[in-house]
Amino acid sequence: MTKSEDELTWKDLEIASIVTEPGSASKYKTGDWRSQRPTYKFKKCIKCGLCWIFCPQACIYQDDEGYFVADLYHCYGCGICAKECPTGVITMVEEGE
Amino acid sequence: MPSKIGMEVSVAIGEAVRLANADVIAAYPITPQTHIVEHLAELVADGKLDAEFMPVESEHSAMSACLGSAAVGARTFTATAGQGLELMHEVLYIASSMRLPIVMTVVNRALSAPLSVWGDHSDAMAVRDTGWIQIFAENGQEVVDNVLCAFRIAEDRRVLLPVMVHLDGFHLSHMIEPILLPEQGEVDQFLPPNQYPLPLDPNKPVTMGDFGPPAIYTETKWAQEVNLRQAKEVILQVWNEFGDTFGRHYTPVECYRCEDCRVLLLTMGSFSETAMSAIDKMRSEGNDVGLIRLRLWRPFPFDEIRQAVRNAEVLIVLDRALSFGGPGGPVCSEIKSALYQSGRKLKIVGFVGGLGGRDISIAGFEEIINRGIEISEVGSPHEFEIFGVRE
Repeated sequence: MTKSEDELTWKDLEIASIVTEPGSASKYKTGDWRSQRPTYKFKKCIKCGLCWIFCPQACIYQDDEGYFVADLYHCYGCGICAKECPTGVITMVEEGE
Repeated sequence: MPSKIGMEVSVAIGEAVRLANADVIAAYPITPQTHIVEHLAELVADGKLDAEFMPVESEHSAMSACLGSAAVGARTFTATAGQGLELMHEVLYIASSMRLPIVMTVVNRALSAPLSVWGDHSDAMAVRDTGWIQIFAENGQEVVDNVLCAFRIAEDRRVLLPVMVHLDGFHLSHMIEPILLPEQGEVDQFLPPNQYPLPLDPNKPVTMGDFGPPAIYTETKWAQEVNLRQAKEVILQVWNEFGDTFGRHYTPVECYRCEDCRVLLLTMGSFSETAMSAIDKMRSEGNDVGLIRLRLWRPFPFDEIRQAVRNAEVLIVLDRALSFGGPGGPVCSEIKSALYQSGRKLKIVGFVGGLGGRDISIAGFEEIINRGIEISEVGSPHEFEIFGVRE
């Protein structure tokens, strides 16, 4: 698909908008739903990975230093990671602040 | 040469599905549709039809099974009536929106409560917005012919939409009529194998009915609407070809003795046959009346309706369904809507009658027409009149 979702006309769609590309759901930018964004104070992080386990969107990855970070393309800002973090690394802040 | 055989219309439908060589039948029996499904179960059990017969646990499941079957490209048939159609309701939208060519005969039945197994059009009208093609048959031969046409229409690459063929419960489904069943070779020639373009296939995976975010939902729905409207051309082509092959011609709107008539009556389904007799009688007595029979309900034949009433001054519409608290019958209100823009000063009078299996006799149609003419002259304080109700 060369056009983005917002550019597709009704004539561009497959019959009934059938999806012909397996695994293409990952292209969907669920980050658009977010009203709060996770922020990190890694000094307190013990790299336990609880945020990674609990994330319902499976959007948390380990960076080069081994810290767990949310991929903001897919993170929809539910705040579960901040709630579950045992050492208080993660604070949710309003988007746009 | 095939010859006419006397048979119950429901049995004839089963025979038409056999001739169409359906692959899958998923259905739940419900009065007055039962004999269709029973006959198909027998045909499959006796090895006369090589199909999967799925005796499911409800109509919701019947239509859901049909989705899966049509999605792999199998020729799929089901049948239901009244409450069964209502239980299918949400799945009906999915069938049309996923563009799956399913054929269903709906044996029109009144809706509860009070419980009624007898015929009217309440069930059909409740599903008019589900995106299905809806064809109303008037007699047994029309049902048989239109079941064959329905597969051809539904599976056409330019259509890919499900089709309901409507027949009136008992008044049609349980009648024994002389039926001409075409020969297998002729049907095979008329109805090529189903070739669904994007079937479910493990070697080429697709996702159907997927999440449609706001960015594409409107485009998807508009594509579906354009498609249903354009399906009319294909329906006309298929009916023409059917006529050329089998000698029986069908059109979306049929006029009976209505050329240049001042007063027209409009009916749908089996009651049209009684209405024709009433028109014959009134014409022989010198009355200026004719009849319009509406066969194609969705997509709605706007041009044909406008054309049919072009010279009339009074149009009397009989609905066999009631839109509670609304303008009366759905057919009448859609006809009014279709004609409003044409600028014609045509008086339209709506009647609701024939509910829950109540007959309308020839004398009844005469009474409707005469009362309709009276209302067109002196007016009425009501949006519509209900025919035959005891005061």
